[in-house]
Amino acid sequence: MTHQAAAAEDTGSHSSLSRFIKSNIREYGMLLSLIVIMVFFQIMTNGTLFKPLNLTNLILQNSYIVIMALGMLLVIVAGHIDLSVGSVVGFVGAVAAVMMVQFHIHFIPTTIVCLILGGAIGAGQGYFIAYFKIPSFIVTLAGMLVFKGLALYILHGQSVGPFPKEFQLLSSGFLPNFLPGTFNSTSLLIGVAVTVLVIFFNFKDRQNQQKHSTAEEPFPFFIGRNILIAAGFIMFSYLLSSYKGLPNVLIVMFALIAAYAFITSSTTIGRRIYALGGNEKAARLSGIRTERLTFYTFMNMGVLAGLAGLIFAARLNTATPKAGLGFELDVIAAVFIGGASASGGVGKVIGAVIGAFIMGVMNNGMSILGIGIDLQQVIKGLVLLAAVCIDVYYKKKS
Amino acid sequence: MDTILAMPILEMRGITKTFPGVNALDNVNLTVREGEIHAVVGENGAGKSTLMKVLSGVYPHGSYSGEIHYKGEERRFRDISDSEKLGIIIIHQELALVPLLSIAENIFLGNEPARNGVINWAESFARTKALLQKVGLKESPSALITNLGVGKQQLVEIAKALSKEVKLLILDEPTASLNESDSDALLNLLMEFRRQGISSILISHKLNEILKVADSVTILRDGATVDTLDCHKEEVNEDRIIRNMVGRELTDRYPKRDPKIGDPIFEVKNWHVFDAIHADKEKIKGVDFHVRKGEVVGIAGLMGAGRTELAMSIFGRAYGQNISGEVRMHGKPVDVSTIQKAMHNGIAYVTEDRKNYGLVLIDDIKHNVTLANLKGVSSNAVIDDGRELAVASKYRKDLNIRCSSVFQQTVNLSGGNQQKVVLSKWLFTEPEILILDEPTRGIDVGAKYEIYTIINALADSGKGVIVISSEMPELLGISDRIYVMNEGRFVAEMPAKEASQEKIMRAIMKSWED
Ligand SMILES: Nc1ncnc2c1ncn2[C@@H]1O[C@H](COP(=O)(O)OP(=O)(O)OP(=O)(O)O)[C@@H](O)[C@H]1O
Ligand SMILES: [Mg+2]
Repeated sequence: MTHQAAAAEDTGSHSSLSRFIKSNIREYGMLLSLIVIMVFFQIMTNGTLFKPLNLTNLILQNSYIVIMALGMLLVIVAGHIDLSVGSVVGFVGAVAAVMMVQFHIHFIPTTIVCLILGGAIGAGQGYFIAYFKIPSFIVTLAGMLVFKGLALYILHGQSVGPFPKEFQLLSSGFLPNFLPGTFNSTSLLIGVAVTVLVIFFNFKDRQNQQKHSTAEEPFPFFIGRNILIAAGFIMFSYLLSSYKGLPNVLIVMFALIAAYAFITSSTTIGRRIYALGGNEKAARLSGIRTERLTFYTFMNMGVLAGLAGLIFAARLNTATPKAGLGFELDVIAAVFIGGASASGGVGKVIGAVIGAFIMGVMNNGMSILGIGIDLQQVIKGLVLLAAVCIDVYYKKKS
Repeated sequence: MDTILAMPILEMRGITKTFPGVNALDNVNLTVREGEIHAVVGENGAGKSTLMKVLSGVYPHGSYSGEIHYKGEERRFRDISDSEKLGIIIIHQELALVPLLSIAENIFLGNEPARNGVINWAESFARTKALLQKVGLKESPSALITNLGVGKQQLVEIAKALSKEVKLLILDEPTASLNESDSDALLNLLMEFRRQGISSILISHKLNEILKVADSVTILRDGATVDTLDCHKEEVNEDRIIRNMVGRELTDRYPKRDPKIGDPIFEVKNWHVFDAIHADKEKIKGVDFHVRKGEVVGIAGLMGAGRTELAMSIFGRAYGQNISGEVRMHGKPVDVSTIQKAMHNGIAYVTEDRKNYGLVLIDDIKHNVTLANLKGVSSNAVIDDGRELAVASKYRKDLNIRCSSVFQQTVNLSGGNQQKVVLSKWLFTEPEILILDEPTRGIDVGAKYEIYTIINALADSGKGVIVISSEMPELLGISDRIYVMNEGRFVAEMPAKEASQEKIMRAIMKSWED
């Protein structure tokens, strides 16, 4: 197949190649920026960034941002915004702490209640936005204040902890090694298996495209991209395995990324969200229940914010009134760095994830370098601005 | 014009403009003489709008090749304001008004009568009033654009152009959304401008209008100049223009069909609708009508008669409030209280406003075509890309949608091709009753014929079609039966065979007298 495909693509003129690069520069650019940023910090930190311990930390630190970015992507694609997620993280974490520490409720019912709570919060805000047509900016700004206040209230302004061991595993647990040796070979094997699976699906996808002769990506690009993905995945799993193995959170995160990538690209509900954000009136007149869809989008965001709240609390092993402070900014920035449009209808899950990792690597790298929190904020702000500028520039050009 | 030796005010030479994958203009020449009305015609996607965007600086110098000579000098416009300074004013096919501002604010947007930055509202209102009178629009200068229909918005655009120092007025399909009398008023305006020495470029698919007012006609086909005709020197008629436009003979405007009409499949009884904003204003005042199996029913009326409101209120209450009345399909009452239910019962509505209500412009053709029937290309809520592509490609072929591929964003399609995408979307829902609101607005003669053929095929397969149109010849040409609507009521009903433009107008006049 490879030979035929390569031959078929070679017949494509140069103009179609340059057109492809032009129209996809954004996606490749993002991936490239992430790599450049990683290499930059790897060098600047004298190799600390990719030390297995640090890499594990990076993933743990970044997981809740990535998870919320998935929900935020849908919210932003639908043409809205959710400013309340940081406060919801804090509030849900506080509720979990009160339930488990003060009322000694088992962690499983607590987790379930907290996810439902997150969903209910999202649903409540979504209700005002979808059915009362109150701008999401205002509703979630109100939510941001309300839930920050409620978190303070139920914690009486104090930290509550520590949590039961089993609950902590959510954040500090690793996939156990079933094979002999200190090196976590199970994790590496799983990493390799996932890599093979991802590559397999990429090839199947391409085959499908070729069947309908819609494959636009030149074959060398396709191969190059896949080699890069495979190398990256396997290197990460190797590094992680040489420390403690794959973190539990990473597995949750990966499953969610895969699920949301699938939902947005291949399901009717995903398609409808894009249509809703692209032109609400046309979507409505095409028989899409725009209100209900908006409502669900926010409810989904709430559940993910609840999950992020649990993960964050488990990681700190206490619930503090300050938990989640400013998370919404990182999450929203990740989605916009990832190429979503503020006016709705445009954005990809993979973009948002890469955006979140760009933020995460910068946070981590700058912390290692001992750059103050003040300067970190300035730099992150400028990166966001630059990313969106580049976006606008290429949109104009094409 | 008797100034036969009039100098050219504008010469565009060898204009070539490409978009990724599309050669929109290929070595096009256009010469407009001082004080003439110069018509530019061509099929959808021939490049008319693109040529005008090159001329007015929307596509700046350097993004195309070729030369623009205006008033004897070569010009290199960097943006619209450059060309506006020299009196070239363009009114785009897609209206560009700010919906939540008033008429007066829109007309003087960026050009406000002001002293030291303080706007003189009294003056701008007074001037707006005068301008509105000139274009024949009876609205208050403080009325918000969003509350006006497309037709009235068009008039506001023209009034806006008049508020500037205009030497060369470019109108891209100005009459597409106007009814006959308003179009006539507009054309008279153009002739008035000609007397004042203002030149105009008129783009239109309504060839009868062009013959009425144009001094010369330039014909584009597939991005190239085919011919330029001088209406005063040679015999120019519609057939000749059409032949040049489509490159072949087009004998009939309306495809033949012998209708096989059955029992009523769609009935509306005692339909009342109140205005969406003003709950006490009754928009539809008790309408009864029906459509039979295999029948094409036309609804005639003037702008503001309530036809769109009627259609949208039936289509899942997409318009209005306090709606009462009954809808029956195949004799049984059906629930059309939401758009989903209306669609479920086999009703489809093709909007008159494709840009705002019809398309997701930032999305591609493929996604737009399947949007109203995602079930048709998915199983268990998972979309089958291959099936979707096949569907989109089929409609692209059937309706002859001109595009580089079905992956092209609909925002980059020419107006007529956008309309075909909207139509495809609704055909793909396989409706029992298709309501078409101004289905051929801005569509070229060849494509109109194709759309009529589709309408006929739908009717012949036992469905019902309702056509709302302001173009009376079209209604007469394709309908089996015509209802005449005026001020929220059906005031007459006639078989198309017995109908004529005079009869329809008389029915409207009579309803006013009563
Ligand atoms: N921004 C763009 N990007 C890509 N293609 C474009 C763009 N604008 C126009 N085109 C293409 O250029 C061609 C000419 O379009 P144009 O709008 O000038 O047609 P037109 O003659 O005005 O048609 P209509 O009568 O339907 O308005 C079409 O094939 C269209 O798809
Ligand atoms: Mg056009």
